[in-house]
Formats: sequence, structure tokens, C-alpha cells
Amino acid sequence: MNGRTLRGKVAVAGIGETTYYKHGQAPDPEFKLALMAILRAAEDAGIDPREIDGFASYSNDRNDPSRLAAALGIRELRFANMQWGGGGGGGAAAVGNAAAAVATGMADCVVVFRALAQGQFARFGQGPRARTIDGDMAFQAPYGLMSPGQRYAMKVMRFMHDHGVRQEALRAIAMASYHHAQANPRAVMNGRPLTEADYDASRWIVEPFHLFDCCMENDGAAALILVPAERAKDLPHKPSYLLSAVTGSDYRCAAPSHNAPNYASASFASVAPHLYEMAQLGPGDVDVLQSYENFTGGVLMSLVEHGFFPPEEANDFLKPENLYAPGGRLPLNTSGGNLAECYMHGLELQLEAVRQIRGDSTAQVPDVEVSMVIAGPMVTPVSSCIFGSEATL
Amino acid sequence: MTAPHYLPEGLPIPVPENDGLSRPYWEGTRRGELWIQKCKDCGTWQWGPEWICHSCRSFEIEWLQVEGKGRIFSWERVWHPVHPALKEHGPYIVVLVELPAAGNVRMIGNLLGDPRQEVPIGAAVEAVFESHDDTDPPYTLVQWRRVDDS
Repeated sequence: MNGRTLRGKVAVAGIGETTYYKHGQAPDPEFKLALMAILRAAEDAGIDPREIDGFASYSNDRNDPSRLAAALGIRELRFANMQWGGGGGGGAAAVGNAAAAVATGMADCVVVFRALAQGQFARFGQGPRARTIDGDMAFQAPYGLMSPGQRYAMKVMRFMHDHGVRQEALRAIAMASYHHAQANPRAVMNGRPLTEADYDASRWIVEPFHLFDCCMENDGAAALILVPAERAKDLPHKPSYLLSAVTGSDYRCAAPSHNAPNYASASFASVAPHLYEMAQLGPGDVDVLQSYENFTGGVLMSLVEHGFFPPEEANDFLKPENLYAPGGRLPLNTSGGNLAECYMHGLELQLEAVRQIRGDSTAQVPDVEVSMVIAGPMVTPVSSCIFGSEATL
Repeated sequence: MTAPHYLPEGLPIPVPENDGLSRPYWEGTRRGELWIQKCKDCGTWQWGPEWICHSCRSFEIEWLQVEGKGRIFSWERVWHPVHPALKEHGPYIVVLVELPAAGNVRMIGNLLGDPRQEVPIGAAVEAVFESHDDTDPPYTLVQWRRVDDS
């Protein structure tokens, strides 16, 4: 340890989100959704929105911080940050970037947000429509390898082959999200329970992913507000302190044409050890986990790379009863996650991690002290973060 | 040898980048040849193409013709179309093929034959050149088919 750390220096003061919609069903424009989520996070924090002095997001969010600042009448903009690349892999990195700004005095009150109306703009699950294509995609698109699911299925196929992981392990991950969504009135799939038979009978999207292994496409927005730790004590909610946030990927993860040396990977092999080092915790200390499901196979590899079980034990660990709140070994995606709450590009997972520490999740795990989030796997860069209660400081 | 087209027409046409990085590859496929990069200084094979050797950081990269023989490293069977040209078409198989004679670099292609066939990881495959002569510009894809493992 070199003494440079974010551990305990920044806290989440407030969280907020819009209603979550199926794609194309939001009655409001994406920018307005962003404003609504930010205002709700400020209200939740008991903070005048004009006190916000920074914005952080990821995946080229379309809602420009300067426009947001002008629209909200923010007094002074001091931080405007975009995490490069990696799509939903940037969710925890955006929290880390915002926290770094707060911890170092660059800003005092930074909102992390993501607004996404896939019904109003291009949907992620569609292939390129251009007549010609160059660069790395020229080696992929002409073969019908275009969507995120198609891009990552071969990683999971190889991982399952190498370690004898069965389809039932992926199914358990889907079951956990749907199970928890049934208790969550915000969840798009609330009232739409999933059975193992439903999963097994669902159509293939791209083997090894059934329909229920794939995230939804949604409209909405979510936001959380970070302040210095010393300020959080005076705010209305029990604070969630950021214990660690890390981002990156391992050696030549982006090697073109699927040539990453560590191919069958969620990209966390080098990242996860840094996460635990900064948090001064290990996987056994984690009380509840939100792990981004672009595809269930990515969750499988994320959990292995974060040390929750070795790959050879995946079939034993990944059973629904182990993943269900409140009593499972590792309650997973307790709001319903990207599969069943809302695909808010994983920012909804950050909000849920905070709720678990506050004690007001709809699938609450008892006495949560350590609440972890793994952002979008298999991309590069990826990111993950850990929140803790005051007792962990 | 040449082959009929595995997927329907209308998918994006591959072209070299403005800076020409991958031009030797695409020109080679038009001749029915497989060309990939190798570092002149340290001998490391490299795919996809880049302007520098990732192993020794030399800019002295050459293109060499390699034999179109490989092994299936991973695969997927696509059922849900995400492009208009693929509507009503499917399933189809995408394979990731490693080339043992070229440092185990990997290339993407389709696996020719029955789209519902079993696909064993590790199985031997050989390249098949699929010419698209009527597009603007014309291009040739490298596809793969199973061969005896002997």
C-alpha cells in the first residue's frame, strides 16, 4: 500500500431515479429524464441542487454537463468528467472519478448520473447500418458478429468449456434478478416472475445466451450525489462511504479481432485485486453484491474474478437459493438489476448498493456493512467499487 | 477454393481504414491468400493489424502469407438477427479460429456447413475464400470448414 487511497473519504449523500420504462415508452425526453433524476437525488440528500458543482458519467452520455449546469441554474461548475470507453463497464469508474474530485478538493458536491432513452436514440442491441465498415469491426460485422451479445458469447462459451460450467449456472443468475424484481415496485419486470421452466423454454438469442440471459433495453435516468465524508454525517440518510473504486483491464484486453490473451474473461483479472487492496477487505467480507448483467455469462466470470468462488465451483455456487436475499450465501442483484429492474446502464446497481447500506432495499439483506458493485463485464475498461457503512471506516 | 456466400447480401462491406492499416490483408484475400503481420525484429505474430509490434515495440512489421489451417478456439450460434439483411435468416455459426503456425493468433469467420452442427472446441478447420465480386468495392471473406483432425 502506498498510502494514496479513496477509502472512506467520500460518501453518497443522495440517490434518485425516474420511473423506469420499457424502451420507447418514456413520456419525457432523455435530457428531461436526466434533470429529474438529478433533482430527486438532491432532494433525497437534502441538498439545494444549486450546490452541485460537478458531473460525472460514462459511455458517452449525451447529456452535457455544461447544459445540465445551465439548465439547473448551478452556481459554479468545477468538475465535468466522462469515463472513456467500455459502455456500462464505466459505472463504478464514474463513481470513482467523481469521488477522486471530491476527495482532492477539485469539487465539493458531484453528481454521478446516467440517462438513457434507447427508444429515442439508437438501441444497443442493433447492428451497424453503414454500407461499408472498417477497422476492427471489418473483421467482425461481415460475419454477422455485430451486437454486444454476439461480441461476448464466445468468451462465455470458452469459459464454460474450460471449466465445465453448465447452463443451470447462468439460469440461476437470471432467476436471482427476476426473483428480487418481484418485490421491487420500480422494476420493469415487477409482476412478471420467471420460472426455471420459462428460462429453459425461452428462445436462444446467441448460444450460450437464452432470452433471459440478456439485459433489457430501457428508458430512464438515475443519479447519485457524492460529498466529502465529513459532510455526510449531517445529511438525512445513513451515509454510504466509498471504500474503494477501481477501473482498467488486463494485458492487451483490447487486442483486435478477439485476440485478448486472457480471452475467456470478464476483464477483471487485474482490476479486482486493486479493489480489495484499497478497501482493505476481501470477498468474504461482502454482505451483498450487485453485478452488472449485460449477459449472465459476464456475471459468472465477474464473480470468479472477484474471488467469490473458483471456476470449478461455479455449478455449486450459482444456485438460486445461494443468490436470494435475505439469507443466501451471496445475495445478488437485489433490485432486479439490468435483467429485471431496469437497464439504466448499471447505475441502478449503484443506487441499490446504497439502499442496502441504508436498510431500505425491497430485498433487504440484514445488517449490511459492505455493499459491492461490479460494473459491466467483458468490455474494457471495466470497473468495480465497494461501499461501506460507518462501522467499516 | 471459393464458396457460395454463407450469409445473405447486405451486411456492411469491409474496407481498409483511411490510414491503410489493414489493406494488405484485404488485398490478399482477393487473391485467395491469407496475409497477417509478423515483427521483423522479434518474430512475434500479430493479429489484428497494428502499426507497432506489441511485444518489442518495433515499427518494423512485415506482412507474411500463412497457410489457412487452424483450430476452433471458441464459437457461437446466432439465432436472433440484429441486422435487416439477416431477418428470417438463421441460425448461423461464428467461429474464433486460432492459427498454430502463426503464434496462435485468432481470426473470426463463419463455420461452413450445417448451421445446427455440433461445434467441438479444438477441432481442425481450413480457410475457404468467399468472394463478393458484385459489390462496390468487391471483397473476399475468409471462412472456415471442418477437416479431418489427423
